[in-house]
Amino acid sequence: MSNGTVAATEKNFYEEGTSRHKGILGWLLSTDHKRIGLMYLVTIASFFIVGVIIGVFMRLELIAPGPTIMEAQTYNTLFTLHGVIMIFLFIIPGLPAIFGNFFLPLQLGAKDVAFPRLNLLSYWIYLIGAFLVLLSLVLPGGPIDTGWTFYIPYSVRSTTNVSLAIFAAFVLGFSSILTGLNFITTVHRLRAPGMTFFRMPLFVWSTYATAWIQVIATPVIGITILLVIIERAFGVGIFDPALGGDPILFQHLFWIYSHPAVYIMILPAMGVVSEIIPTFARRTIFGYKAIAMSSLAIAFVGYLVWAHHMFTSGISDTARWIFSLLTFIVALPSGVKVFNWVATLYKGSIDPKPPFLWVMNFIVLFSIGGLTGLVVGSLSTDIHLHDTYFVVAHFHYVMFGGTGTIFFAALYYWFPKMFGKSYNIKLANVGVALFFIAFNMLYFPKFILGYMGMPRRYFDYLPEFQSLQLVSTIGSWLMLITMIIVFGNLIHSLFKGKKSHSNPWGGVTLEWHTSSPPPLENFHEIPTVNHEPYDFSQLKEMDYESK
Amino acid sequence: MLALLSGQAAARSTDTVDNVMIYIVVISVILLLGVTAAMVYFVFKYHRKKGHKPKDIHGSVILEAIWIGIPTLLVLSMFYYGYTGYKTIRAIPDDAFEINVKARMWEWEFNYENGKKTDTLFVPAKQNIKLNLESYDVNHSLYIPAFRIKEDVIAGRINYLVFNAEQTGTYDIACAEYCGLNHSMMYTAVVAMPQSEFDVWYNTKDVSAEPENIEDTSADSSAVTDSTLIGGGNQ
Ligand code: HEM
Ligand SMILES: [Cu+2]
Repeated sequence: MSNGTVAATEKNFYEEGTSRHKGILGWLLSTDHKRIGLMYLVTIASFFIVGVIIGVFMRLELIAPGPTIMEAQTYNTLFTLHGVIMIFLFIIPGLPAIFGNFFLPLQLGAKDVAFPRLNLLSYWIYLIGAFLVLLSLVLPGGPIDTGWTFYIPYSVRSTTNVSLAIFAAFVLGFSSILTGLNFITTVHRLRAPGMTFFRMPLFVWSTYATAWIQVIATPVIGITILLVIIERAFGVGIFDPALGGDPILFQHLFWIYSHPAVYIMILPAMGVVSEIIPTFARRTIFGYKAIAMSSLAIAFVGYLVWAHHMFTSGISDTARWIFSLLTFIVALPSGVKVFNWVATLYKGSIDPKPPFLWVMNFIVLFSIGGLTGLVVGSLSTDIHLHDTYFVVAHFHYVMFGGTGTIFFAALYYWFPKMFGKSYNIKLANVGVALFFIAFNMLYFPKFILGYMGMPRRYFDYLPEFQSLQLVSTIGSWLMLITMIIVFGNLIHSLFKGKKSHSNPWGGVTLEWHTSSPPPLENFHEIPTVNHEPYDFSQLKEMDYESK
Repeated sequence: MLALLSGQAAARSTDTVDNVMIYIVVISVILLLGVTAAMVYFVFKYHRKKGHKPKDIHGSVILEAIWIGIPTLLVLSMFYYGYTGYKTIRAIPDDAFEINVKARMWEWEFNYENGKKTDTLFVPAKQNIKLNLESYDVNHSLYIPAFRIKEDVIAGRINYLVFNAEQTGTYDIACAEYCGLNHSMMYTAVVAMPQSEFDVWYNTKDVSAEPENIEDTSADSSAVTDSTLIGGGNQ
């Protein structure tokens, strides 16, 4: 492989942009996928931090029964806002928009995505959507209090700014669709010579599968949102029974999107795991095709399980068992991935650096999230646990313990590539360990609370739940400290960090064949691929010297 | 799992759900420990050392078949167990005593066939009960944690919930579908009493009278009644 190692004198993408503008405009108007990825990083990470802070305030309210620091209405708007930010502004766009943008073209050996300007437009649409969310907080009417699921009839009756907030979700949907379109086309059209489908890195595979979901499922939520807005504005009876509509229809439409959206959240994370494990085990991935195909299986079977969010809503018993059965089936491809990842460690040469440790966190936390998914996928147990803290624990384990953990893994893995800087490894290890403790302290009690019968979205609770709630709240403080350490380490390195080796971990996928940070068009010369993706014998040709 | 430990199930459904729970959790814990142990073991065993050469193993069809096959059987058994248990919970017995429930923000109303109307649910123990659930406004969900059951109360349709309280006692009823401001305060209770006591109450003329001796019936239950929360007071 001609590994376009770039002469040290060549300008990197920070020094050379796509537009003639300098400074901030050189970023906001840049069509370079790397700059766009970094803009997403800054924006999305900021929203994540806001979401975390809201979460910590909610936990503070829940430290004891009765009102502690706020009123019921405030709590209700906070959990809604926390949910909306975490779902629509953090976790759905998260990995594809940040790391997909930055690394998909690099891993394919392309100069950019297929439609660079469309890519910039997606970012702008995201910004507009985010702005509308913020606007809905301050306009008269007040911040929305419906929960992030916007269930009807409550969301038709609520006098808060529901229409504006869901319109924001509508706008954000377009950003997601356009990004998806862009990635699908990029994968089909811009692979470097020799990069066959089965030589693509698994992060590309999973981002590709995700992109299909983004394109196919997102329009459903768009239409649903428009219908709600029409209903609220003109009193047309679509979902509200008082107007002759059907509230269950809303739930179906909502989950036909929002369940596949769960896979939009997790698939790219699984892709990152499949990158990090081979690099730090320095051997090829076990079961490449099984992992790639299970992504597609998840993407397509994932469309058929939406009604498992509705087991207690009064849908027919036939529908209930069919959706329960399909739910158990969709668990299998995730299991396949976990087994293949662990098998990849067998006879490897493992160097457990921070990105790898994050992945170990992921395997445990995501497995707990997935396995408790079986509990709520089963009909008997779901009618007890549905809409309780058990579910709150389950989805935090999957989304935060799964995708959130991998957000950090990816940051710590690709940080030297994106910024050309290295960070403090010891402190990073401390961050990983603290995260594990804080996370379980914060969320494990919620499983027990749920089984004891504590419903979710509760401002107040029975005294019998107090001690576990207290443990969880203390966990949230520890989590806050962890976040400060984890982000602080990187921000500090950004300014004060030592210059990093262009390939600090000994990775072999194409992004490691160029300099760090990469030049504007990624490669000095477009590489020709004649290896499978995780063939570490390339390290010799790449002049990689292990320390 | 409290009822599990005390060995006394509040209702038939309690046992059914707890058993399915134990089944799934036991298998899950074994899988989780297996995966975690294998991972940690490999990380120590194959820790990077000088001169140590990793081995590229591309996969194994047999292993893939095993770890697709066995989990398939496991999840199918979970599905089946969960489904059969659920069928017994949902089946409507012929002799079921029916009560019409109406929910509104943020209270419950129980209407009996003879015209009695209460805001606490009174039922005879050891008798099949069927609740017909209707909403005056938005969605709610009638949830009895001690019985491990709930069903949404959806505006514009009638859902149902069936149970049979094995033990006399007072158990919480919570609202489990978010319904606005006082969602978390939408508690009431189900009081399961001996059939004879229930009959006496049910046949008194005064439609709104609460049963006598209600303190006695609840004395043998550890469940917290709604008054705890309302008494804990806010707003
Ligand atoms: C320090 C971090 C976090 C804390 C302390 C926290 C805490 C909470 C709490 C207390 C609730 C309300 C539970 C209830 O009353 O029903 C909640 C809900 C939720 N959280 Fe988090 N959370 C955190 C991070 C996250 C992350 C990273 C995500 C997503 C990636 C997330 C997604 C959600 C969602 C979707 C809801 C449901 C909102 C709703 O019911 O509408 N949270 N969280
Ligand atoms: Cu309610």
